[in-house]
Amino acid sequence: MSGTLKARVTVMPKSGVLDPEGKAIAHALGTLGFAGVEDVRAGKVIELALAETDPAKAKAAAEEMARKLLANSVIESFRVEIV
Amino acid sequence: MGALKAGIVVFPGTNRERDMAIALERATGRRPAMLWHRDAELPAGLDLVVLPGGFSHGDYLRTGAMAAHSPIMRAVAAHAGRGGLTLGVCNGFQILCEAGLLPGALLRNATLRFLSMDCLMRVERTDTAFTAHYQRGQIIRAPMAHGDGNYVADEAVLDRLEGEGLVAFRYVNDKGEAEPAAALNGAARYIAGIFSENRRILGLMPHPEDLVDPLMGGTDGLPLFESLASAA
Repeated sequence: MSGTLKARVTVMPKSGVLDPEGKAIAHALGTLGFAGVEDVRAGKVIELALAETDPAKAKAAAEEMARKLLANSVIESFRVEIV
Repeated sequence: MGALKAGIVVFPGTNRERDMAIALERATGRRPAMLWHRDAELPAGLDLVVLPGGFSHGDYLRTGAMAAHSPIMRAVAAHAGRGGLTLGVCNGFQILCEAGLLPGALLRNATLRFLSMDCLMRVERTDTAFTAHYQRGQIIRAPMAHGDGNYVADEAVLDRLEGEGLVAFRYVNDKGEAEPAAALNGAARYIAGIFSENRRILGLMPHPEDLVDPLMGGTDGLPLFESLASAA
């Protein structure tokens, strides 16, 4: 049976790039009475199940996927973890 | 002179292809071909490829991200690479950016609201296949309907676009002045549309195809299609 590794790709808006979604969440938290929320950044998490047993290869493959599709380097940064 | 031969790419979730076909047929006298996103090749002899508006692939991941990797986009990139005319409106502009055929990206509107309203744009140059039938500095009205029209690029790219005269249209007020209130989506430098370096690719957020007949409420969009018609 082939092994499977899970890669977790976290995609975040680059610092300096306007994050309207994060701003909206921060506003809603304030409305709900949560004080002291200084900043909110909203991104997304994408989990990939990879038919791969070598963590280094799995990480390299997920990074390639992030560069090609999962993240847009103009506006987003990404981080890959093998979990 | 042959009538401009145009093809309109349809992705799952595209919904403005018929409006685009009406505008093109009205200006060129020839009905454009509808092209499916899974096609790997374009019909021979196409002068213009259009990526129309809509919500391709449900805007999943990012607007235009899925469509940008459709089979037909390799053929569209090859067409553009040969200097073929390419027009992306609204979601089509987002797809061109995601495909790397135009620089920058389109973020969620700064107001966080979907903007469904008319806007005013200033025509920044008229020596192009898309704008020859306008006057330089002309203020035109265009409907817009988008949630992600907030054009962003890094400062160096924005400076290059300005320096090389690649800003096609800018959001302005009724005096023709670019100002924040005229660009509710928050677009950098009030950019509504940009050209590629060779000015053969145009991407813009507003919909000139929806203002090409007095019955639509105006004809401010028609010169864009007439410009294309006379470019063939």
